[in-house]
Amino acid sequence: MNPSASRIKVQPATESEGRKDYIRIQDYGFWYGAKKALDAISLDVPERRVVAFIGPSGCGKSTLLRNLNRMNDLVDGIRHEGDIQIAGRSIYDPGIEVISLRRRVGMVFQKSNPFPKSIYDNVVYALRIMGVTDRALLDEACETSLRKAALWDEVKDRLNDSALGLSGGQMQRLCIARAIANRPEILLMDEPCSALDPIATGKIEELIHELKAQFTIVIVTHSMQQAARVSDHTAFFYLGKLIEYDTTEKIFMNPSQAQTEAYISGRFG
Amino acid sequence: MTQVTNDTSAPKGEPWVWFTSLGLIVGLTMVAGLLALVLYNGFSVFWAPPVPTVKLSDGTVLMGQMAQHRVRPDSPASQPKYERQYQVGLRELNGTSYVWADEAKIVQENFPPQTMGLERMENGPAFVTPIAFVDSKGQRVLFKKESFEGLTSEVEYAAEIREELNAIQRQKIGAVNAKMEASRIDLRRAEDRSEPTAAIKTQIAALELEFNQLRELAEKVKAQNALAKIEVRDARGREVVLPMATIVRAWLPNDMSVWDRVSLFFSRLREFLFDEPREANTEGGLMPAIFGTLVMTVFMSLMVTPFGVIAAIYLREYAKDGVVLRMVRISVNNLAGVPSIVFGVFGLGFFVYVLGGSIDQLFFSDQLKYNNNTPVFGTGGLLWCSLTLALMTLPVVIVATEEALSAVPRGMREASLAAGASKWQTIRDILLPASAPGILTGVILAMARGAGEVAPLMLVGVVKLAPTLPVDMVEPFLHFDRKFMHLGFHIYDLGFQSPDSDAARPMVFATTLLLIVLVVCLNLGAITIRNRLRARYKGASF
Repeated sequence: MNPSASRIKVQPATESEGRKDYIRIQDYGFWYGAKKALDAISLDVPERRVVAFIGPSGCGKSTLLRNLNRMNDLVDGIRHEGDIQIAGRSIYDPGIEVISLRRRVGMVFQKSNPFPKSIYDNVVYALRIMGVTDRALLDEACETSLRKAALWDEVKDRLNDSALGLSGGQMQRLCIARAIANRPEILLMDEPCSALDPIATGKIEELIHELKAQFTIVIVTHSMQQAARVSDHTAFFYLGKLIEYDTTEKIFMNPSQAQTEAYISGRFG
Repeated sequence: MTQVTNDTSAPKGEPWVWFTSLGLIVGLTMVAGLLALVLYNGFSVFWAPPVPTVKLSDGTVLMGQMAQHRVRPDSPASQPKYERQYQVGLRELNGTSYVWADEAKIVQENFPPQTMGLERMENGPAFVTPIAFVDSKGQRVLFKKESFEGLTSEVEYAAEIREELNAIQRQKIGAVNAKMEASRIDLRRAEDRSEPTAAIKTQIAALELEFNQLRELAEKVKAQNALAKIEVRDARGREVVLPMATIVRAWLPNDMSVWDRVSLFFSRLREFLFDEPREANTEGGLMPAIFGTLVMTVFMSLMVTPFGVIAAIYLREYAKDGVVLRMVRISVNNLAGVPSIVFGVFGLGFFVYVLGGSIDQLFFSDQLKYNNNTPVFGTGGLLWCSLTLALMTLPVVIVATEEALSAVPRGMREASLAAGASKWQTIRDILLPASAPGILTGVILAMARGAGEVAPLMLVGVVKLAPTLPVDMVEPFLHFDRKFMHLGFHIYDLGFQSPDSDAARPMVFATTLLLIVLVVCLNLGAITIRNRLRARYKGASF
């Protein structure tokens, strides 16, 4: 392995499309206690694009994703170096509260995790904790989000039923609706389809295509096909290092690194 | 050498199934035995069996309900001799209610149909042969079987009069007394500060007038039934006249249908549950004790739940893991093992004397100064009992809440935080609702422990006989400073402090039964709520 590979700042061809970089990760390193999870990662995510993080388990892709909204702050003994900027501002800026950061960066988890509340209460949760009490506003946000998450037609007649009565795929789409209800700028998805059947997976992937028009999406996936289907750019991680980051087409058709090619063709990982 | 036989691979754990099940069987048998004993003895208190008349070889005649049957302590085990204990009643004549009779000496036993059982306000029951009774108008009726109904209605009339008297004496005169007490304190204060006292004196005079009027009224009511009495003959042939006003209930134990016995059973059960005790608590009902136990347990739960939950939230959600936190946790767990009497001593020393004393100094200084230093909160009471037990059961709630909080799926916590919720919002909106069933389990355990506790309560406010209930219709309706009665203490008091332990024995069992039923009911209530909550979270796929 070329030790300098991850230090090369890979610049995808975004300027030509007139989109500005939205998330900038610069020389970012991260430790859980003494264990180094990420090593000098540098990559840029353009706005209103889908970026897929791929790589074998333990390669650091989820860690990086969870650092984008500082979910890893919950873990004891963490440490980082370098910087992550969103819309030109560091997320570690003392002037930015982690709560306001998370309101701008929504997240969908691997396991669907609806609250034991009604469907309606789940969707408007983020708005409610922001202090929105206007019923009309909440109703509207609920419908919009559920429509965007392609769930509205299935649940519009039972918004007050418990969210726990939904099927697995519906629950995950509900979580997406919940994550986009307060109109974040970025949507982080941590293996959103790993527990779903192919039909539900297909629906979520379609959804990602539609959401791309409004949100910048970062998705972590173990499925190469999924990465190929939904993303515009793909980053391949291995052992905490960014091996290669380029357009999805390039990564899958003509990767420049041998490790990437080996992983994609299934020879290791 | 390396040959593997079938024997070595055979499962070796099977005998342990028998061993563990044996443990369960022993435990369950003991519990079932206890419950059966309490059930049998508890319910037999209310049942009226036939009452024999027994002639002994030495010529004595007994008439009474059999209470015990046992092997004589002095008889050899190979040839046991038995003796019986009879409840003959009429304590004022016989000196005792219970008589032992050697079974070998019994020459004749029969069940004369005219035998009558009488439950009385004083001196225990009586088993007699009725001669005649005088009704409230003074008319004497010779007793025949047909006249029993007339007697019953006279007894009922006497009960009505008693209730009316009770209403006047306990409630109206009690209220006047309370006002008078307050006015006298006002008077003493006014005199002390040399303020005008004329108004207060007129007020006291008015109250005294009212008091005297009420007393006259009571006398008048009492006089309505002065003539009624019942003339009876006991087993030895002595004739006794009993005022009707002292009779609670009359029955013919040898001349009743099963239906009569059943209705007598329920009438006694109703009295037991809804009336006040009499005869040093060995007779009558337990309403004040039931009420006191319930109110105390409810207040205890209301106090322990918020404190326990808040403490657990801090420990689980906010406190940084470390040596201090671990020490605190160990201490909390050990607190659950501290003997309850220690909590009682602490309650007396801290709550009653320090807290209660300070409250009295701050808010009731007038009362202290002008009412012979009678403390209000500086003495045992409902508030201090509830607080002491709340403290005692706090570890239970803390541990249960911590468990429940840590059992909330990590995903829910993360989802809430990722949505931009603060830690407190996450706790309030997600963690607490999701852990409510677990918290309730802790509260159920705390209630079960608190409701059955006696030792600490003896020190901080439970009494043998409380004249008033801790919750009533007199302002401010909720009297946190009042002493109250408690079923657990009642059992102890009846069983071990009663002057007539033979008479108290049945009530001990009945009270025990009642306490068990009460705890079961409280628990069932809490379990129902918990199951409702659980149903809301059912189907969660985590």
